[in-house]
Amino acid sequence: MKSIKQVAQAGTLESSDIMITLSPADAGSGIEIELISPVLKQFGDEIKAVIRQTLLEWNLEDVKVHANDKGALDCTIEARMTTAIERAIR
Amino acid sequence: MEKLTMRRAMMFMPGNNPAMLQNAGIYGADTVIFDMEDSVAISEKDSARRLVHNAIKRLKYPCEVAIRINHIQTPYGLDDLKVVLPARPDLVRLPKAETAKDIQIVDEIISEAEEKNGFVPGSIKMMAAIETAKGLMNAYEVATASPRMVALAIGGEDFIADLKTSRTSHGNELFVPRGQLVLAARAAGIQAIDSVYTDINNEQGFIEETIRIKEMGFDGKSVVNPKQIRLVQEIFAPTEKEIAHAERVIAAYQDALARNSGVIAIDGKMIDTPIVTRAERVLAYAAAVRK
Amino acid sequence: MINSIGRIIPDQIKGIETIKPYQGPFALQPQGRSVGRKLGVNIPKSNKLLKSIEDAIDAAGLKDGMTISFHHHFRNGDYILNKVVETIAKKKIKNITLAPSSLNTVNESILPYLEQGVISAIETSGARGELGKFLTYGKLAKPTIIRSHGGRARAIESGELHIDVAFIGAACCDSFGNINGVNGPSACGSMGYAMVDAEYADTVIALTDNLVPHPIFPISIPQTQVDYIVELPSIGDPKGIASGALRISRNPRELLIAEFAAGVIEYSGYLKNGYSLQLGSGGASLAAARFIKEKMIAQKIKGSFGVGGVTAPFIEMLEEGLFEVLFDVQDFDIPSIESIKNNPRHLEMSASYYANPHNGGPIVNNLDVVILSATEVDVDFNVNVITDSNGEIMGASGGHCDTAAGANLSIVVAPLLRGRLPMVLDKVNTVVTPGETVDVIITERGIAVNPRRADLMDNLKNTWLPVMSIEEMQKMAYDLTGKPKEIEVSDDVVAVVEYRDGSIIDVVRRPL
Repeated sequence: MKSIKQVAQAGTLESSDIMITLSPADAGSGIEIELISPVLKQFGDEIKAVIRQTLLEWNLEDVKVHANDKGALDCTIEARMTTAIERAIR
Repeated sequence: MEKLTMRRAMMFMPGNNPAMLQNAGIYGADTVIFDMEDSVAISEKDSARRLVHNAIKRLKYPCEVAIRINHIQTPYGLDDLKVVLPARPDLVRLPKAETAKDIQIVDEIISEAEEKNGFVPGSIKMMAAIETAKGLMNAYEVATASPRMVALAIGGEDFIADLKTSRTSHGNELFVPRGQLVLAARAAGIQAIDSVYTDINNEQGFIEETIRIKEMGFDGKSVVNPKQIRLVQEIFAPTEKEIAHAERVIAAYQDALARNSGVIAIDGKMIDTPIVTRAERVLAYAAAVRK
Repeated sequence: MINSIGRIIPDQIKGIETIKPYQGPFALQPQGRSVGRKLGVNIPKSNKLLKSIEDAIDAAGLKDGMTISFHHHFRNGDYILNKVVETIAKKKIKNITLAPSSLNTVNESILPYLEQGVISAIETSGARGELGKFLTYGKLAKPTIIRSHGGRARAIESGELHIDVAFIGAACCDSFGNINGVNGPSACGSMGYAMVDAEYADTVIALTDNLVPHPIFPISIPQTQVDYIVELPSIGDPKGIASGALRISRNPRELLIAEFAAGVIEYSGYLKNGYSLQLGSGGASLAAARFIKEKMIAQKIKGSFGVGGVTAPFIEMLEEGLFEVLFDVQDFDIPSIESIKNNPRHLEMSASYYANPHNGGPIVNNLDVVILSATEVDVDFNVNVITDSNGEIMGASGGHCDTAAGANLSIVVAPLLRGRLPMVLDKVNTVVTPGETVDVIITERGIAVNPRRADLMDNLKNTWLPVMSIEEMQKMAYDLTGKPKEIEVSDDVVAVVEYRDGSIIDVVRRPL
């Protein structure tokens, strides 16, 4: 499994949460992350790393990720990513 | 004697709210209960489980961490356990417990998870909320259905509905169920925890109810708002007189131990084990009070 | 050059003649004498009343390159500053230095005049919103000078900030120029910040929507200091000037911080009969009022005076006899305005009386306890209240460094986390208040005592309060959030942060 079957979403736009939207991508197109965050300057790289890492743990290589962050901690980002993936491959 | 785990204020936190999970530990609750049942919409059960799992695993809480799972007869209850148990919560709270069987099913799942994850067998505790008349009739069996059981709680709102009555300010409608629940818990040697008080802006009503349930013998109360924590803890704080007496009992007990004497006495009066246990509880509660 | 708290200050900054680096809270010995207003004569029966702002500008002789001042008591309801600047622009006057006691979001409408060069420099306490952004990105000819309330009074009295024309919004003004802030539709309460401007500006113009027969009572700014009066249909929007009673927060995290603050005060040794207190108007600071009040009542403690920035919870304490008097430089809500009007124990004071370090003794020097807010703190206890985590100007210096320097116990309250941002950093983006004047930092997860205060540490340990080192507190935050990347900045200095004595404590550089 390198990609997902359907668009899926998890999380909310409440403070300290993050809303993740996953969309299928063509084979070989890789992981594409679009991130909106109030802490982009301070933590943008770290947030993207968590998103990427979670996808890799599920062996997903071709996925589009839209992440609207509201200051979520890493453990929240990972939980929302996992739920979004579970929903996307269901 | 086993160290007493105080559960004066057990605070519910909605399991799908990252901001609340993140700050759950700061308010001084004895236990935080991450809820995956009533506060989580059916469509979000999956995401709450993941969030609670990660919160327990990655954030440090300075208190006991419990999860409230969905009822074990629903499709969600089993998934809740499957996803969250590997994070090692301290305590699992079952809603609407009615039979010993409910407890035993969960007990077995926990045992499996403990083995699989290398946790100390029996280290994850359980408590059950009695929310129906039927559950109350079986309360003692529920309370003794597993050695993991540490407390019985009464779920007030559902109980009132089951009784076909309604809430009053004086609480008569729950007087008998509360009394019976305390009896069942005490007979089983475990704690009794009272229901939440949902009108969070009625501080006076909350205080009155908490005083009442303390007098009835409850060990603590479920709360839904951080500001209720301190109120409960202040009400459960022993008086100076109680503390002084407890200190004398413990001193006499230790004296007896030192002399290898089986007889404990204060002012010529015999003191037996339940009184020593009670004195220890008083001192533990006293030590945990601010100021 | 590097100042005594390790901040790098450029050797030359446009618009500043001599750069005095900060050397310590009381290191600078002031020289010389205070200045005074120009002499003038008022011929009996002459008329101060002019028809328009335009006429007043003409009468004052306002020209290119001069400095004008305003006071911010009308907060977000202020019409005066915008209207005057607009009129100046119409008259094609340019290169004006704008020196208001502070700026609010309502003042954003002057942005076009900043861009056009009508205003070419700003000296103030701070700015928010679009104005803050404008100043941050360095679009003015000179860096903005940020001063504390006490520092501004000092700069005016010493002549460092010379005001050519002061515009004063008068909620109540008589035909001879006596002013108070308590009567009329635009009542704002204390006139504390305007008092210094009125005393030292070359020309003082009162703008009022409530012109009444001479004389009025009480008088906050006397007719001896007022040159011209202009009557306007309205000088402010009451809804923006003062809110209804400022209520104590219900945010559980703010309440927890407030409870810790009250606990720190209780065990500090300062909570005793005759003590004095200043509370900020921030959520946690205000909420502390409730817990302090409970403790004062329970322990039968009566304070001598309170200082504000006054809000309803403080008024309640005054009325219940928990404090003898209140000293008031500004009011935030309607009950406070009512109180200063009606309660003889509620005293109006000038910014100089409040906080000027170079007079015979400001009231901050008599303070026992002050509770202050912060946007960021660092492991050296330095406090930032002026720039946000992206390095943009979004706050005001206010009386922060003045009260911290004066009070026996200065407490800074802040959440440990704002969203994902940890609030205890290695170095704050901008220092407004030096750590050597900050005694305790309180967050929802812990309390750090400045190591300089071993005495306080002794009093606070062995209590229920979660006292820990500032490093432990920072670690707690970083464990949750990770370590934030530092903001990158250019070499361009866009604002200079003066310490209250006029030395430079830090500069704001334009973020990249």
